[in-house]
Amino acid sequence: MKTIYLDNNATTMVAPEVLSAMLPFLRDDYGNPSSMHSFGGKVAAFVDKAREQCAALIGAKRASEILFTSGGTESDNTAIMAVLHADPLKKHIIISAVEHPAVRSLCQALAKRGYQVSEIGVDKDGLFDMTEFKASLRSDTAIVSVMWANNETGVIFPIEEIANICADKGIPFHTDAVQAVGKVDMDVSKMPIDFLSASGHKLHGPKGVGFLYIRRGAKFEPLIIGGHQEKGRRGGTENVPAIVGLGKAAEMAKLHMKEENTSVRALRDRLENEIVSKVKDCRVNGDKVMRLPNTANIGFDNIEGEAILLLMNEHGICASSGSACTSGSLEPSHVLRAMKIPFNRAHGSIRYSLSRYNTKEEIDFTIEKMPEIVKKLRSISPFK
Amino acid sequence: MWEYTEKVKDHFLHPRNVGEIENPDGIGEVGSMACGDALRLTFKLDANKRISDVRFKTFGCASAIASSSALTEIIKGMTLEEASKVTNKDIANYLGGLPEAKMHCSVMGREALQAAIDYYHGIKPEQKKMLEGKIVCECFGVTEKEIRDAIKINHLTTVDEVTNYTKAGGGCGKCHDEIAAIIKKVFLEASDEAKKERSETQFDLLTNIQKINKLTEFLNAKIRPTLKRDGGDLELIDLDNNIVFIKLEGACAGCIGAASTMKDFIEHKLNAELSPKLKVKQI
Repeated sequence: MKTIYLDNNATTMVAPEVLSAMLPFLRDDYGNPSSMHSFGGKVAAFVDKAREQCAALIGAKRASEILFTSGGTESDNTAIMAVLHADPLKKHIIISAVEHPAVRSLCQALAKRGYQVSEIGVDKDGLFDMTEFKASLRSDTAIVSVMWANNETGVIFPIEEIANICADKGIPFHTDAVQAVGKVDMDVSKMPIDFLSASGHKLHGPKGVGFLYIRRGAKFEPLIIGGHQEKGRRGGTENVPAIVGLGKAAEMAKLHMKEENTSVRALRDRLENEIVSKVKDCRVNGDKVMRLPNTANIGFDNIEGEAILLLMNEHGICASSGSACTSGSLEPSHVLRAMKIPFNRAHGSIRYSLSRYNTKEEIDFTIEKMPEIVKKLRSISPFK
Repeated sequence: MWEYTEKVKDHFLHPRNVGEIENPDGIGEVGSMACGDALRLTFKLDANKRISDVRFKTFGCASAIASSSALTEIIKGMTLEEASKVTNKDIANYLGGLPEAKMHCSVMGREALQAAIDYYHGIKPEQKKMLEGKIVCECFGVTEKEIRDAIKINHLTTVDEVTNYTKAGGGCGKCHDEIAAIIKKVFLEASDEAKKERSETQFDLLTNIQKINKLTEFLNAKIRPTLKRDGGDLELIDLDNNIVFIKLEGACAGCIGAASTMKDFIEHKLNAELSPKLKVKQI
């Protein structure tokens, strides 16, 4: 059975070009970039190149503003803790109610250690509540951390506007851009963003690597303390093969940015429109316009997400769900709850996330299978 | 990805007995949309009062659907008395086991069955909830009785386990302390019973002389002081085949309440604390 991979917000295929770029550093060029000898030292040049590739993808002016990390979660933790350590007297944090656990769970833990956390709500389409945000700003607000795009719905937040408001008040601003980098054209040099998190495996790079953009001049304290690597901002020998792979993935993402917003978007729209027209009682979760080009989140009334996923799995179609049974808890995802989506639709919500490797045939096959899957489960459901 | 057995996958992909019986003898509904799973079970009895047909409709994940399907297969052909003895463990075992976090699916099956049997006997679900005492988990509407039953049948020891089996505590988390207290209570009750059992068997294993010594010790400590307060006393005469021969003395000897003292007080105490086999005889 052929695998139809529509779960690219969870992780992506490593691009063949990325793998080729990595292999020499897993085989022959295993030197340590910090070494004095040229066998190791020559590797440092490739790490620097990757840094430039990452900077170019997000529009950072200087490669030195890129700090390599182990991924999105470490980038998020590093940014938030850096600011809190640098200004220990400020005890208020602002995040959105729909942040990824890498930010949300960290802030919940900080709330137990004496911090006050304001979670800014979203409307029924998942759009950021700017009025509530403005009213929440305080003189002791240490940091504002708001994601660029939501991983479950793909809804995009007005990052430039939020960044400008923070800059006016002199409050450090961080954005978790893990889902947006490579899908949304961005230029951080034109916005007062202090920190931006990205992850390799969401843009056809390897797992276990990511980066944090740190605007030059932003106050910073390292999270991982050790050797002098990364200019003393993160201890630990560089994960050279992964960093080189991330650089290559960043370069390719920039090259394919247009494709992402034309052909991938067209496939996503086709999938979404066809399902909504062929299946009764279902609805797109999230704003239709302010949304990533690759993400479609559809709620099917009166059936449960895990059961839908397993029936899709029988056809080789991979996706994910915000239902209780798949979120590892007993309640539907905090994102869908924050949008106040009714329970009967939240439990039956499926996220389809595409990539430039998906084909029209795959999308058409999925469009063909969804109505029968929904019909089968509705015939078992006691709700109508 | 959940680790489901082949049997769970089979019952999920090909569920048995889906549907609803018209004019059923029993109907049980549990769960809700908010809870993320719900089950409606209907059955019909034949002339011999056995379940001749049973159907289900389930909203829920793969293991909820498979548990419902398994339940219908298990109870088909049973009398209601037999069916009421089916536990959530039986459902899970029938499916070759369920992931720990999915055990509540088997409990939901069990509850729907009980509700359908109650319906047959004319007990309404609201009455039932009232009989079962207060709701501990407000988020999922779980009563203390439901939590206690799950703890006892499945030998649960942590709040997480109770959540996996009953959903109680899976929402806001406010009831975690209360669930922990219930676990402790059930554990203490169980250990009290075990202790009682232990002392009973221990007494029964003694030789006759050891038994008489133990009896004397027990009467001196626990019985005679009470009698003496009323100016009476007793003497242990003999022990033969678990019959304790006792002679009442002092005020007790001529008391009209002597027979009831013997039976209700002395024999009751001996049964509770030494062995349920002991009988008291006055001479």
